[in-house]
Amino acid sequence: MNIVVCIKQVPDTKGGVKFNPDGTLDRASMLAIMNPDDKAGLEAALRIKDETGAKVTVLTMGLPKADDMLREALAMGADEAVLVTDRRLGGADTWATSSTVAAAVKKLDYDLIITGRQAIDGDTAQVGPQIAEHLALPVISYAEDIKVEGNSVIVKRQYEDRYHEVKAQMPCLITALSELNEPRYMTPGGIFDAYDKEVTVWGRDDLTDLDDANIGLAGSPTKIAKASDKVRKGAGEKVALDPKESVEYIVGKLKEKHVI
Amino acid sequence: MDFTLDKKHEMARQLFREFALNEVKPMAQEIDETEQFPRENVEKMMKYGFMGIPIPKEYGGQGCDILTYIMCVEELSKVCGTTGVIVSAHTSLCCDPILTYGTEEQKQKFLVPLASGKKLGAFALTEPGAGTDAQGAQCRAEEDGDSWVLNGSKCFITNGKEADIYIIFAVTDIVEDARGRKSKKFSAFIVEKDTPGFTFGTKEKKMGIRASSTYELIFQDCRIPKENILGPRGKGFGIAMHTLDGGRIGIAAQALGIGEGSIDATIDFVKERKQFGRPIAAFQNTAFQLADMKARMDAAKYLVYKAACTKDQYMEDHKTSYSIEAAEAKLFAAEAAMAVTTKAVQLHGGYGYTREYDVERMMRDAKITEIYEGTSEVQRLVISGAMLK
Amino acid sequence: MSLEEYKGVAIFAQQVDNKLSSIAFELIGKAHELAEKLGTDVTAVVLGHDISALADKLGEYGADKVVLIDNKELETYRTEPYAQALTAYINEYKPEIMLVGATAIGRDLGPTVSARVQTGLTADCTSLEIGDFPLQAREGQEQKHNQLLMTRPAFGGNTIATIACPDNRPQMATVRPGVMQKLEKQPGRKAEVINFNPELTVNNRFVEILNIVKNVSTTADIMDAKILVSGGRGVGSAENFKMLEDLAEVLGGTVSCSRAVVDSGWKPKDLQVGQTGKTVRPNVYFAIGISGAIQHTAGMEESDIIIAINKDETAPIFDVADYGIVGDLNKIVPALTEAIKAELAAQN
Repeated sequence: MNIVVCIKQVPDTKGGVKFNPDGTLDRASMLAIMNPDDKAGLEAALRIKDETGAKVTVLTMGLPKADDMLREALAMGADEAVLVTDRRLGGADTWATSSTVAAAVKKLDYDLIITGRQAIDGDTAQVGPQIAEHLALPVISYAEDIKVEGNSVIVKRQYEDRYHEVKAQMPCLITALSELNEPRYMTPGGIFDAYDKEVTVWGRDDLTDLDDANIGLAGSPTKIAKASDKVRKGAGEKVALDPKESVEYIVGKLKEKHVI
Repeated sequence: MDFTLDKKHEMARQLFREFALNEVKPMAQEIDETEQFPRENVEKMMKYGFMGIPIPKEYGGQGCDILTYIMCVEELSKVCGTTGVIVSAHTSLCCDPILTYGTEEQKQKFLVPLASGKKLGAFALTEPGAGTDAQGAQCRAEEDGDSWVLNGSKCFITNGKEADIYIIFAVTDIVEDARGRKSKKFSAFIVEKDTPGFTFGTKEKKMGIRASSTYELIFQDCRIPKENILGPRGKGFGIAMHTLDGGRIGIAAQALGIGEGSIDATIDFVKERKQFGRPIAAFQNTAFQLADMKARMDAAKYLVYKAACTKDQYMEDHKTSYSIEAAEAKLFAAEAAMAVTTKAVQLHGGYGYTREYDVERMMRDAKITEIYEGTSEVQRLVISGAMLK
Repeated sequence: MSLEEYKGVAIFAQQVDNKLSSIAFELIGKAHELAEKLGTDVTAVVLGHDISALADKLGEYGADKVVLIDNKELETYRTEPYAQALTAYINEYKPEIMLVGATAIGRDLGPTVSARVQTGLTADCTSLEIGDFPLQAREGQEQKHNQLLMTRPAFGGNTIATIACPDNRPQMATVRPGVMQKLEKQPGRKAEVINFNPELTVNNRFVEILNIVKNVSTTADIMDAKILVSGGRGVGSAENFKMLEDLAEVLGGTVSCSRAVVDSGWKPKDLQVGQTGKTVRPNVYFAIGISGAIQHTAGMEESDIIIAINKDETAPIFDVADYGIVGDLNKIVPALTEAIKAELAAQN
């Protein structure tokens, strides 16, 4: 059985983000990490590998520095890693990204494709289902639990107030929630091995089954009209009073605003 | 000369740091308070290969180097000195001598389970009447048919009651030199827990590293198989000293981590704590103290890493001596850790003296690094002895 | 594709168990405003089985047309039959704008359908307007008018981007629940009802639903609450939440919480406010013992009045609070509950 896990390198926003003095995001100071939902997807794949001996390949599209993240995936236990990188692929929206990733996946053997539900930088949750669409595969999004049974997968698919237990035939694509599991740590020896391995690097020209109309900035139907760092709402009043005065202060405000 | 780490070492450090922050730090205060051995975290470290980092893969280890192992002890010790010494004692004092002196059968039987995280190791040299002066040792081993019979006791043993496999040193021979002076000859033995005649005495109530399970070991007609002698008969003292050379790098890394951890905690504190209307970080005294602390720990770091890299050379050529490097690293790092944690407490003011703040524990933990696996005075003897010979 | 062929604003009117979701009415409210600017009308598209009864309500909330796609295969949400049905609707009726709720259904259906009809999709929008693209005329580039400008937060709420889809139709967006306003209900208002048969094709992409397990939740939906008393890690324990529950009770409000509280197992996930929880905009939001990481404030900063109580005067929650109180919540909250009780008693 072959599993392809699609992962993305993102800036770490955990524990808050840093701002420049002018209020813009200080991206340079943020660490680059493996997107949390993707890491849960990788862990799910590795658990299937532990049980069935499946081969796990990780695939990313990104900058050359995403090599570090692929090594991390190898150090966790993935068997092979593929980096799709090319300046012509930059500026892609979810349509162009999913077209490109799907073209790369087509070059690999797969029974199961796992992606994270969404990346913490873009928060779109669109790339997974759109890869499935390009590959004409069944998709199960928002997976809380994944089991493999013969040629099928059985997935707990999360909704706001319920879950569906869903069965799909492989090949299929699943998008994983970070709640799915607690990803394992790397091992020290795994790290050393990971740096001895070859990461396969593909550029635009290696992806033969891909139309130029569907890649990069030009191939993206959505265009950014304006982007800015969020201007945070200004602070209101702040008081430090003893408890009794604090209570009087709050009650006063609630009355003033006709809440009580 | 290149002082930068390569990518795999950087990633290994990131792994250890993440593990330390997520798993070890949340427990550090509690295990200090309760003196409970952190079994759950030790099992996690076993699972993730932290207990056999520099041991070759063929013996169940991770196949990494000493430097990687040292960074592991350092990162763990930044948040919990107890957890650091558990790994250090297991790796340097139990796995390492079996790797260096063990027969192939001993490696398969004992090193593989130790390095692959199935069993925990300990090392027992010190006795109530013999610390720095090894000749005071009373514990003895006598040959009896297919066995060695151990009698005596060992004290201050790290991982004492929690270990499964112990390296024990005992007197096997007494020799007389030409002038009629008697001296004791030691041999090293591998003893498994639950061997009849092997029991535990009192648990030490310590100032620091309070959860590390420090016990007295008692041997009463404890019979172990003859093949469990480690290295040649009568060569135990040399084995112990060589093992401690390696152990000292581990303790130096522990001291390094404790000192660095106290700086991290102090930086957080001085930015938050306000006096006279501003954070105390804004006062020059605070800033200059921090600068001294940092410079001192960085100096320690390069000595520790140098010692680790020298031992790595030894692992390849089995020739290079790292004894002086290890002694210097331990002497300097331990004293730096003690001084720096003391300053960290001072910068915390009254809060630093309470158990609510980590620096209080770190200062207590730092003290032991000046004492065990050779006191600072012993390190000075080793270093000066080589200088003046 | 001739862009001019595409006319009208359509919304996917999500139903679950044959009950329309609140997002359906929110989308109609927004669509109505967009349609007015474009001089066109609003169509609500309902997929399901035995759904004819839902049309009236959609009309009363402002839909001009209701398209019903009634098929046994659509009874419970599955990606493939829903995607086939909505794709068929788009190909047949050619709306210029297609809005879908950014729900667990919409964020699966939206991307699948947009890829199938080969158009763009903007995720999780919090604001939609009609305007020009590019915003300012640029030499050498045609400025298109009457474009849907879709604004959305990204980067955990730290950045906002406005996105257009100038060369493809329909312009598609998923819209965050709880952000757009419903219209006032107009009893008796009728929409034109159209039954549409998309002729579904069963294929290997139809998954099998083995089981449906609904969460047993006794808690009110925090997205509907007018007053939320929200607690964070600073509350200290699950037991301490009793103080917050007491305060919520005297105010007729509901208790919610931050992610740290859910992670600690003190409260269930459905009470979580924030980027990975729910977006709320109550009249009054009490942030008690919540430090106010951006992931949290992204989900509550639109509240009308924010009152924060925290012992750490540097906590970022004070940057978004209208009224910040630096102090010990253990002393303030119980006393506040008593004071409000007394105040309400005096008013009666």
